[in-house]
Amino acid sequence: MSKDILRNGDVLSGAVLAALGVYIFMESRHWVYYGDDGPGPAFFPAWYGVAMVVLSLALMVTTIRNRTKAEATDWAGVRRALVAWAVFAICAASMFWLGFFVSFAILTFFTVAYVFRQPPLTGAIIAICAAAGFYVVFPFALSVQLPTGVFGF
Amino acid sequence: MDIFSGLLHGFSVALQPANLFWCFVGCFLGTVVGILPGLGPAATIALLLPLTFKMDPASGIIMLAGIYYGAKYGGSTTSILLNIPGESSSVVTCIDGHAMARNGRAGPALGIAAIASFVAGSVGIILLTVLAPPVALFALQFSSPEYFALMCLGLALVVLLSGPSLIKGLLSLLLGLWLTSIGTDLFTAQSRFIFGQPQLLGGMDFVVIAIGVFAIAEVMASIDAGDKARMLPVPKGLRNLLPSWEELKACRFAFVNGSITGFVIGVLPGAGAAISSFIAYGIEKAFSKHPEKFGHGAPEGVAAPEGANNADSGGALVPLLTLGIPGGGTTAIMLSALVLWGVKPGPLLMTESPDVFWGLVASMYIGNVVLLILNLPMVPVFAQILRMPVHILFPIILGIALVGAYGVSGRLFDIGLLVGFGLLGYVMVKLKYPTPPLILGFVLGDAMERALRQSLTMSQGDLSILVRGWISATMLILAIVILLLPLFGRFNQARMKAIAEGG
Repeated sequence: MSKDILRNGDVLSGAVLAALGVYIFMESRHWVYYGDDGPGPAFFPAWYGVAMVVLSLALMVTTIRNRTKAEATDWAGVRRALVAWAVFAICAASMFWLGFFVSFAILTFFTVAYVFRQPPLTGAIIAICAAAGFYVVFPFALSVQLPTGVFGF
Repeated sequence: MDIFSGLLHGFSVALQPANLFWCFVGCFLGTVVGILPGLGPAATIALLLPLTFKMDPASGIIMLAGIYYGAKYGGSTTSILLNIPGESSSVVTCIDGHAMARNGRAGPALGIAAIASFVAGSVGIILLTVLAPPVALFALQFSSPEYFALMCLGLALVVLLSGPSLIKGLLSLLLGLWLTSIGTDLFTAQSRFIFGQPQLLGGMDFVVIAIGVFAIAEVMASIDAGDKARMLPVPKGLRNLLPSWEELKACRFAFVNGSITGFVIGVLPGAGAAISSFIAYGIEKAFSKHPEKFGHGAPEGVAAPEGANNADSGGALVPLLTLGIPGGGTTAIMLSALVLWGVKPGPLLMTESPDVFWGLVASMYIGNVVLLILNLPMVPVFAQILRMPVHILFPIILGIALVGAYGVSGRLFDIGLLVGFGLLGYVMVKLKYPTPPLILGFVLGDAMERALRQSLTMSQGDLSILVRGWISATMLILAIVILLLPLFGRFNQARMKAIAEGG
């Protein structure tokens, strides 16, 4: 068995899902499977947990047995997408301290300037306009409450 | 209430100024998201759902449905002008639509797409009006075992047609079932899978999952793909958008074919507009006297799929409104929207909420006319949207996603979940796990578990209750057959072909 096949996305995802299936089944053992009133809270999860393990193993075995080659991945594209996600995640986390508008302006700036490689000035202008636009539409026009941070907005 | 008086009541609801406005807003937004590649109706409806919480249910569903069927009109514009489908349902329109545009017939191609969408969309709504009441009447016979069997059948069909790998479709479905179990069990108040987080006691919010899996994942996948294409010019003036008499004559059969094929396929859960458009195209080519013209700018090659993907909307609303069973991701979000507004889709919807059911049906007749106006004389204006740079569009989508997730409950915890589900959706796209089964598993999982447990409680644990009635037995047998069919080579080849062509 080559290392390549073990790095295959289907094998890896199959392993993760099999582990999840085992977790679901084990967790369901703490609850009532069948009580006086009929099936308990463990009944449904126990069955789909087992099904998840069986299907994940089937996916892994099929992939390994057929030696299915993964399609060539455009890693540059994946990196771009993951950078965009990381910026999104960091800005979402910073919302607790910075509030929605500052975090969103930072998110917009980094997305424009670093993910799409536009000039920083363009990024800054779009960021300020987008944050201002969101303020006008949501809290001002639609009275939608958004997270506020240390700046109070 | 009979069909005629129901429809009259519906028009009295849909013609109220506020509902006319929301119908226009839905159709407008639908056209915009249809035109924009990388932003689909499912993501848009998920994003806008929190903003509709304060709306009247009839107004809310009228707007969301406008986005749903409006996106199918708009999708053809991008296919014809850019050779990139704005929606998965417009993939096949690229073949002859873009060929017509390259031959200098972009205007008539856009015109044929709009006319076919209008004709078939209207036929789909008429069939929905006529067929929904008897289906609802039939469904009144259903009790827990029938509902459980119906959900099994619906989910089996979704899994069958959601992607080339049946195993991945099933795993995606099981993941959805697990996500819906997180929280407090409604029968026993037992908390399940909450990882010590009290915020999870009430379960995860559907809107957060839908926005993450659809909107955030779509943005990430678009950034990953980094597609760029050259747009062909759009002719200005209504006269330049109208097809010639010969072209319209050539499309006669395609209008009928698209209408019927689209509606029938639309009723089936899981099949979706992409598959219906390909089947309509295949039928059109097979029966054409000039099959050699297909692929080189045949107007019928635009009319049949565009008609089918619009008639599909009417078909997809039959199981959603009468049985409470959504056939795909977008209709699953619409089901959740109805539930969030306190409306219960199913056989009693027509009698319990006539404003919602008949108001929606009537608004679709109006919406179809609005869309014809938006997509025929105004298509050059909408085509300018394609010039909007993605570096402006994507941050706006991410911002709306954040507002949408936070707006559901006002908790930053949900924004954290949104970030996680965005990554999950992207990983699923990259590893070719279909996302509709996950969403449908999440939406139907709770009701499915309840129906199963109620059935077994009724029978004191005797599983045979599930096959005692002929309706539930037939549906369960069909579900099993559907899941076993791919084991047979010839059927699986046909299934794979349909999925590959459907995009």
